[in-house]
Amino acid sequence: MMRDGRIVIVGASLAGLRAAEHLRDAGFVGSLTLVGDEAHEPYDRPPLSKQVLLGQVLPEHTALPRTREIDAEWRLGIAAAGLDRDRRRVQLVDGSEIEYDRLLIATGVRSRPWPNEAEAALEGVCVLRTRDDTARLGRLLARRPSRVLIIGAGFTGSEIASACRERGFAVTVAERGAAPLVGALGGVVGDVAAQLQREHGVDLRCGVMVTSLEGDAGGRLRRAHLSDGSALDADIAVVALGAVRNTRWLEGSGLAAGPRGVACDAGCRAFDVHGIVTDDVFAAGDVARTPHPLFGYQFLSLEHWGNAVAQAEIAAHNMISADSRRRPHLWTPSFWSAQFGVNIKSVGAPTMGEEIVVTQGSLADHRFAAAYGYQGRVIAAVGFDHGKWMGGYRRLIEQAAPFPPELPGRRGERPVPARFPDPALPSHGPTVTLTGHSPSEKRVVFTPARA
Amino acid sequence: MSSTSPVQRIADQAARPDPYPVYAELRRSPVIRDESGVHLVTTYWEIHDLLQDSRISSDARNLAPGANPLLAEEGEATLPPSFIRLDPPEHDRLRRLAMRPFGPPHSPRRIHDMHGELTAIVTDLLDGLAGRERFDVVDDFAYPLPVAVICRLLGVPTEDEPRFRVMVDGVVAGLNPAQPVEERRAAQHSRFELGQYLAELIEEHRRHPGEDMLSAWVTDEGPEGRMSLVEMVTNAVLLLIAGHETTVNLIANGVLTLLRHPDQLRRLREDPSTAPQLVEELLRYEPPVQFLPQRTTLTDLDVAGTVIPKGAPVWLLLASGNRDPRRFTDPDTFDPAREDNQHLGFGFGIHACFGAPLARLETQVALTELVSRLADPQLPEDPPPYRPSPVLRGPRHLEITGRLVA
Ligand SMILES: Cc1cc2nc3c(=O)[nH]c(=O)nc-3n(C[C@H](O)[C@H](O)[C@H](O)COP(=O)(O)OP(=O)(O)OC[C@H]3O[C@@H](n4cnc5c(N)ncnc54)[C@H](O)[C@@H]3O)c2cc1C
Repeated sequence: MMRDGRIVIVGASLAGLRAAEHLRDAGFVGSLTLVGDEAHEPYDRPPLSKQVLLGQVLPEHTALPRTREIDAEWRLGIAAAGLDRDRRRVQLVDGSEIEYDRLLIATGVRSRPWPNEAEAALEGVCVLRTRDDTARLGRLLARRPSRVLIIGAGFTGSEIASACRERGFAVTVAERGAAPLVGALGGVVGDVAAQLQREHGVDLRCGVMVTSLEGDAGGRLRRAHLSDGSALDADIAVVALGAVRNTRWLEGSGLAAGPRGVACDAGCRAFDVHGIVTDDVFAAGDVARTPHPLFGYQFLSLEHWGNAVAQAEIAAHNMISADSRRRPHLWTPSFWSAQFGVNIKSVGAPTMGEEIVVTQGSLADHRFAAAYGYQGRVIAAVGFDHGKWMGGYRRLIEQAAPFPPELPGRRGERPVPARFPDPALPSHGPTVTLTGHSPSEKRVVFTPARA
Repeated sequence: MSSTSPVQRIADQAARPDPYPVYAELRRSPVIRDESGVHLVTTYWEIHDLLQDSRISSDARNLAPGANPLLAEEGEATLPPSFIRLDPPEHDRLRRLAMRPFGPPHSPRRIHDMHGELTAIVTDLLDGLAGRERFDVVDDFAYPLPVAVICRLLGVPTEDEPRFRVMVDGVVAGLNPAQPVEERRAAQHSRFELGQYLAELIEEHRRHPGEDMLSAWVTDEGPEGRMSLVEMVTNAVLLLIAGHETTVNLIANGVLTLLRHPDQLRRLREDPSTAPQLVEELLRYEPPVQFLPQRTTLTDLDVAGTVIPKGAPVWLLLASGNRDPRRFTDPDTFDPAREDNQHLGFGFGIHACFGAPLARLETQVALTELVSRLADPQLPEDPPPYRPSPVLRGPRHLEITGRLVA
């Protein structure tokens, strides 16, 4: 085991912090440096679009609980700008360099910005990824807007819509797909999400795109134009179009890093552009993508809190362990969300599902569990207010149990197509992205990567 | 190995002070069929999975006809089952409604905010014992504390304790699954009486609502409406009993375990911040609820290679799973510093203990305060006498000597 030496972690958030703590837990006593471009100490993001927007928690009260002292050098408020693998140095934007023996890349993702820069700069147009973003949105909401427009109905967009409705604002949600959450959970569940939104007074518009944002003379947002020719007055527009992986600083490093993340082996070791595994550069959290045997060794990249924690721990362990003691990251994806009074939880990779069957409860009540099938086995499940059952479904997924699963007491529920949009079409993006191709599929289709 | 059946061996009073060797032997097979038809599940992962499996039911109505000589059937002149004996969706609705004034999402801080109040109750109790050189941890501390807490939370007058204690004891006696049917009938009757007592109280709270849970149930209206009176009564019976019968054992087991591990007692006294982890280990090592004797398969179910037939009664041996060496290293060692301590002490899944946050907090405060004030504690009698129930297991009395400092 490596007890001494220099470890640098770039990205001082959930994955970065948990990796640092685990390194110390495991007995690493060498130097540890955390580099983060945000000025804050690590904080938790899930509450930002929930409790914080509802005013139940202040943005500055979201600091991540520490599991132990880590005795690290913190370089906060400064971004990494480049990586020199020959000299084993991380370059920072101020021109300084930090040397490492082992590097962990934990730079996560950032919100996909509104594509038109001038429009994105209008006052009232914002995204929600960071604590500062949330504080800004909070200030905008404090002025009691006449209408909030949310562009994109993925998890983040839907949670923001829910919080805004709960606070009594008029809300319009515009979604290019056929329903909210379709990218992550498919059309069958998306229809339930749509009903939930409408029942809670959201003006939900699906199958439309926002084509442009219009400001007044003072540079404040006033109106949005939609692809169906309509226009809408709004003083806030939250752009919730999914996320882009923070890999630009790795350009020129020779790592297999791009818009879909940093490709790694199951032990979190980064690949170089030739597909050769490195032994001193590791990645964890939202920025990483790793092959998973449960999903045909496709490379999974997950934007899941639990994944960041589990993967950080494996990466930390492997960084300082001898070959024979390394462990694979074989976490079964799992994600939760809270919106419109419903707790949503999913396990597995729904996006891989071809069919879906309701296994408990009913879609009509908005309280149900449903399993997704892929080539005759259970590949994922989702619960609306059925979270406590998800562990059982996780076991079914891990055992590759036959689909539809045999559960008693169901009358006549038949699997139906899960209705995922064609992955080649752009959308806000699901929180599980399948990349690469499955070895069992005897074809390779080149889909150009989208940033 | 003796020739008595597994169920008898577990129920045997002689096994009460230390049932773990019996569990260890039973664990050689993850599933054991008792001659009574009961299937016992003994290993961690199998129990863990079944607790989250919708193919197994908590509703006694799903038992195969004639299958069940060991479970109390719900008699006629009695209350309908509470939500722990129901499946979704009825279970979910009742649990949600009961939970509204107690925990998240509607009352997320309720328990957290009780910290001060709890410490005051504990301090009062200990002040009352100051100067005594010998006392009974159960009667003088572990019992009055949770009773006071649950009474305050629910809105039951503590003065009524002697009145409801008789009825509660009657109900708890019936939780012994290896008992003759007549005695379980008597327990049904006690439950009915307790229900009548609580129905009167609920009526009173409707007229004069306070800050308590019963008042919230009768006055507060959520999107799902309110419970019916009968539903409130069954829930109140459940929470009144579950709210203290288990915590008594957790605290008493805790004191006993600490006295048997003086190094751990010292550690807690020196560093009270270790209390949460210590209580978690206690829940693994000496869980107050030893097993769940009320599950039934809804279909033929393959568990670790054994098919449990549809409609069979199933016991999930939580305490045995907690000592499964395939899940925990050195499972028979009491080690509060243990990592990854995901024990089965509170169950798991949809029936996971409703009151867990309260039980945790009560026990943390109780043990921390007690050890900080108790000098030179000794156990005159080890093992102490145990309560009869193999399900809710704990000492009936726990005499200790020592000096309680002010
Ligand atoms: C609003 C919101 C709600 C969410 N809700 C849920 C939920 O309910 N359930 C769930 O499972 N997950 C949820 N998530 C996802 C979860 O928060 C992420 O999976 C998790 O934060 C990933 O952690 P990470 O450390 O990998 O990345 P991040 O948290 O994205 O951290 C990466 C850090 O690296 C920094 N960084 C980037 N580039 C550089 C650079 N060049 N130099 C230095 N630093 C850099 C970033 O600024 C950031 O601070 C939510 C996310 C958001 C934004």
